[in-house]
Amino acid sequence: MGWFLPEGVTTFAARIDFLYYLILVITGIVFLVVEIGLIVFLIKYRARPGRKALYYHGSAKAEIIWTSVPAVTVIIIGLLSVGVWDEVKGRDSVPPDAIPYGVHGQQFEWMITYRGADGELGTDDDFTIRNQLHIPVDQPVVMRLTSEDVIHSFFVPKFRVKQDAMPGWTINVWFEVMVVGEYEIACAELCGPGHTTMKGRVYVHTAEDYQNWLAERVSAGSAE
Amino acid sequence: MATSALPVEHSEDHGAGAAHELSFVRKYIFSTDHKIIGIQFLIMSFIFLAFGGLLAMMIRWQLGIPDKPLPLGNLFPETMAPGGIMLPEFYNSLVTMHGTFMVFFAIMPLLVGVWGNFLIPLKLGAEDMAFPRLNLASFWIAVPAGILMMSGFFVEGGHSGAGWTLYAPLSADPQWTGVYAGQQILLVSLAVLGLSSILGATNYITTIVNLRAPGMTWFRMPLSIWSLFITSILVLLAIPVLSGAAIMLLFDQTIGTHFFDYRNGGQPILWQHLFWYFGHPEVYILILPGMGMVSDIIANGSRKPVFGYHSMVYALISIGILGWVVWGHHMFQSGMNPTLGTIFMITTMLIAVPSAIKVFNWMGTMWRGNIRFHVPMMHSVAFVAMFVIGGLSGIFMASTPVDIYIHDTYFIVAHIHYVLFGGSLFAIFAATTYWYPKMFGRLMNPFLGKAHFWLTLIFYNLTFFPMHSLGVQGHMRRIYDPSNYEFLQSLAGLNTFITMAAFSLFLVQFIFAFNFVYSWFKGKKAGNNPWEATGLEWSTPSPAPHGNFPTVPTVYRGPYEYSSPLVDEDYLPQWVKLDSDEPATES
Repeated sequence: MGWFLPEGVTTFAARIDFLYYLILVITGIVFLVVEIGLIVFLIKYRARPGRKALYYHGSAKAEIIWTSVPAVTVIIIGLLSVGVWDEVKGRDSVPPDAIPYGVHGQQFEWMITYRGADGELGTDDDFTIRNQLHIPVDQPVVMRLTSEDVIHSFFVPKFRVKQDAMPGWTINVWFEVMVVGEYEIACAELCGPGHTTMKGRVYVHTAEDYQNWLAERVSAGSAE
Repeated sequence: MATSALPVEHSEDHGAGAAHELSFVRKYIFSTDHKIIGIQFLIMSFIFLAFGGLLAMMIRWQLGIPDKPLPLGNLFPETMAPGGIMLPEFYNSLVTMHGTFMVFFAIMPLLVGVWGNFLIPLKLGAEDMAFPRLNLASFWIAVPAGILMMSGFFVEGGHSGAGWTLYAPLSADPQWTGVYAGQQILLVSLAVLGLSSILGATNYITTIVNLRAPGMTWFRMPLSIWSLFITSILVLLAIPVLSGAAIMLLFDQTIGTHFFDYRNGGQPILWQHLFWYFGHPEVYILILPGMGMVSDIIANGSRKPVFGYHSMVYALISIGILGWVVWGHHMFQSGMNPTLGTIFMITTMLIAVPSAIKVFNWMGTMWRGNIRFHVPMMHSVAFVAMFVIGGLSGIFMASTPVDIYIHDTYFIVAHIHYVLFGGSLFAIFAATTYWYPKMFGRLMNPFLGKAHFWLTLIFYNLTFFPMHSLGVQGHMRRIYDPSNYEFLQSLAGLNTFITMAAFSLFLVQFIFAFNFVYSWFKGKKAGNNPWEATGLEWSTPSPAPHGNFPTVPTVYRGPYEYSSPLVDEDYLPQWVKLDSDEPATES
């Protein structure tokens, strides 16, 4: 409830959350000033008999103040946002050591493709699991996000990750999770009658558990 | 003649003295009188507003009390709601059509169609629109477009379920949704409605440029007219883009073109660029007239000139210009080039500035005023108070990194409703109660008006403010069943609460509907100028006669001369000549 974000578990979550709270504080102050100001004016300047309003057309000084202060404020918010945006989604933002996975959205499921024994994605020994993404903790990973049919959107709230899967495009989505656990993947873009059922799950393992899981999986072959 | 396609200013046989008798049909059905057309638009769009609201109630039913069948649910066919429990397909149609009806058939005609028509000639001192026949056509094109849009619910496959934003490929190929005729009906209806808007906008622009009364210079025009002027330019430039895009999408569906089909060389993102290139100016089309009319009413209620009239005009113009270069902020998470995202973020941040200027000027207008709390004033103050919330929440999504998280969540739903309901609809309530006497000769009942105002304000905030919280928890928009997700299960109670508030909000609108009809027949008779206002429309009888003014009025001063020291009363109308005034010159 309320205005607090759920826990963020990726390396960049704290920076996104900082911006969110910064904007919350700034807009909260403006909100209070305007709403309280309005109420005060309404009470203080309510009509009373025998009184006339001030005949006044405005002040250039006031206009300059309330043009420049908002302008400077929003520009600062904008400049602070640029750095975080580039870190999360910039074209060169994907760490070179990120482990690649294929994430293919289709009505109404997420098909996750893993590298096989050869350690490369896009080769014959890849294997695919429906709606399950297994990744190691404290390790950058990158989703090669594609779509089969319509636009889907890969959304993991606690990761602060959301990216549309655009048919015909391959979009890189990277993140590094810092907390072991299970997380839900949602589809955030209306994708058809079954949209609401299109969900998957991320399993974040310790490095050791992840290796064990992978070894088991690879030796079992591409079962699914 | 009233039906002349040429500017009718000063035409001899059109004054109040020459009321040639028209048949009932020509007078009230196929009328060329801008006031009748304005009232026709008002009634049409209130009907669609109620219909759009009903769709919203069904959406809220599904989200708040999902396991209970809809009331009268057995009236719905098996393809919509078997046993009264709605299907996801039907839910998607409801979401789509709620947005479509509210944006295109309720708010847009309520602001532009109604008040553009009704106010422009009256406030400029003209006898009618420049092109009365085009005006007639614009209304009678809008009506069949609306009926066509409704018919989509009754065709096989159901109505479009692709969201009002109609993102391709979901909207482009029936195989993804099972909807074919419904989708095509929607697109044809939008294209037809677009024609109506284009005709209207052409007419408004021409009228404002050509038919101002003597002395009505550009900077003596009320802000309502300035805002309708800027809005009309936006309509004229934006609507053809939507119509073109809708026809492209229709061709993809029907004759096998591949504009948006990636398998055959098309690009789904092209739809988003076209749609939002129209869609963002559209957002301002849906708020600027409200801003203008509220400026008139706040000056009247405060008994003070508008603070910073010129900067209000420049703010309107800069919104009108900047509104064209922000559309990409709807697409930050679409996969478009992230550098482009940064550019759109900066332009979007900048457009917050003119909005802030307007808010502070409204507050400046109230400062040291002598505020009368009539119902239009109450709605106007609520407009300012609610628009601020919608404007501030916009800064969250303007910041590209924060948008990653809140994009496509209920935070966005809260934002749009603070702008379009908290903003536009409160402005519509304000304008309707304010100019009702000029339409019907009677005042709306103030007690019912205040009851409606307070109940609406309370239930409106109880409905939409908690949606921010849903969004902050990650609650996606447009989902049929949030209980599918573990992380949303704790929000079920809040969803039920919002649903109850929304039902109450819907119910209290019947007070307004009753007041509207009741006052038509039983309201207190209004004189020429019940609000002691300064605009030209208040110089003529209520209701304003055919031809508007007995003689062409002359304008001697700016639009907001309240509490002028030159006169004893606290208002000095634009048409009153004082001894000190210069002889009028042609504007």
